Amino acid sequence: MGWLYESLNSSIGKKFIMAVTGISLILFLIFHLAGNLTLFAGPEAFNGYVEKLEGIKPIIRIIEVPLALVFIFHIFNGVRLWWENRKARPEKYAVNGQSKNTNVFSRTMIYSGSIVFIFLVLHLATFWVAFNFTGEPHEKAYAYYGVVADWFQHLWYVAVYVVAVILLGFHLNHGFQSAFQTFGWNHKKYFPIIEKIGTIYAIVMSVGFASMPIYFYLNGGS
Amino acid sequence: MSAANINLKLKIWRQEGPNVVGNFTDYDVEVSPDSSFLEMLDELNNSLEKEGKDPVAFESDCREGICGTCGLVINGQPHGPVPKIATCQLHMRNFNNGDTIWIEPFRAKAFPIIKDLMVDRAAFDDVMYAGGFVSVNTGGVPDANEIPIQKDVAAEAFDAAACIGCGACVAACKNASAMLFVSAKVSQFSLLPQGQPEKYERVQQMVKVMDEKGFGSCTNTYACEAECPKGISVKNISRMNRDYLVSKAVSKTV
Repeated sequence: MGWLYESLNSSIGKKFIMAVTGISLILFLIFHLAGNLTLFAGPEAFNGYVEKLEGIKPIIRIIEVPLALVFIFHIFNGVRLWWENRKARPEKYAVNGQSKNTNVFSRTMIYSGSIVFIFLVLHLATFWVAFNFTGEPHEKAYAYYGVVADWFQHLWYVAVYVVAVILLGFHLNHGFQSAFQTFGWNHKKYFPIIEKIGTIYAIVMSVGFASMPIYFYLNGGS
Repeated sequence: MSAANINLKLKIWRQEGPNVVGNFTDYDVEVSPDSSFLEMLDELNNSLEKEGKDPVAFESDCREGICGTCGLVINGQPHGPVPKIATCQLHMRNFNNGDTIWIEPFRAKAFPIIKDLMVDRAAFDDVMYAGGFVSVNTGGVPDANEIPIQKDVAAEAFDAAACIGCGACVAACKNASAMLFVSAKVSQFSLLPQGQPEKYERVQQMVKVMDEKGFGSCTNTYACEAECPKGISVKNISRMNRDYLVSKAVSKTV
């Protein structure tokens, strides 16, 4: 397996890891958003959705392991790339021309990614832990919606949420087309379409995930 | 009839030699807008030499944008603000009277500074030694056009081969990655029938040397394409990624 280790540690291998894990996370977000949109249909719809997931808990737990690994690989590899790439230019330019030859999304991946990571920790600590590890299973049966509605009454939490998902959109806008470029699927005919789909996807994710905290905050939890 | 001369303030990176701390030195120059950027530096060096001072070391050769020898980072952009030209093709009419111009060398770990604005780009040569060739058996001279090649494919290979190896892609990349250069050199062979026998070995060898030389990794910011004097497309990088991944997957090397 020496060839695999060597391949994945090459410069192209590292971007391949970013692309594969990135695409996996892009797919995950689609399911995540679709499920969460049941929040707009009221407590019963959302609680029912979470209950359904509870019903297949063993399967969910099995899916959570590779998902966690994908997150960890993506984050670890991204930070590693950033660190190594900094060392490839020990002395910086006095005048930085990046704003003239790159777009803001591509050159800020480490920053948008880091902030999304901090948000992810907060997000898991508040929702995932509350849903999975606190309270008696029978008592909390219909409390999921309440947990979400309660958290979204805090202005700071809503603000963090909205800023994070906008930056997530920035991250996705670059990441989506970047993955296709990495796989070698940059075709004159299709790549412009992929870029547009990526931008639309990023906007849908940002607006979709931001809409829930804003909706709950404005409605005062009702 | 020529336009009036313009006055500029140059901030030029001066560095005595490798592994010496460098710094910016200010020079006030008066120059014709019709002169080229390198002619301006020639004039500056003439006056420095008259004063008995050390002239600014910079590289140039053909001065018509085809050799890839020149290369300065001008106000943060390799080869200056005008797209698709080399430094030698940049004229002072693109600047205004009273402008301050920052002139820096290409900065990358893999391109150590020799002196002032000169950098050692031997790392590119090493990448070429690793795979920038086709092996041809000796024998009779083949007939011209013996191997049919589709016009579009030939044109694409030619576009990749237009790379002059100046290193602006490395200089522009925030990661100092050489992917655009290496991918252009891989593509010019990978696209053509003559390059097929060594296609997969070539990409593996060239990427390996590229990584060893201390270039950074590509993160698809596409700064390289924007700054390339020859307009080399990042589609070449995509092609190299594909060739590399496929070669690693199918090769019988365990």
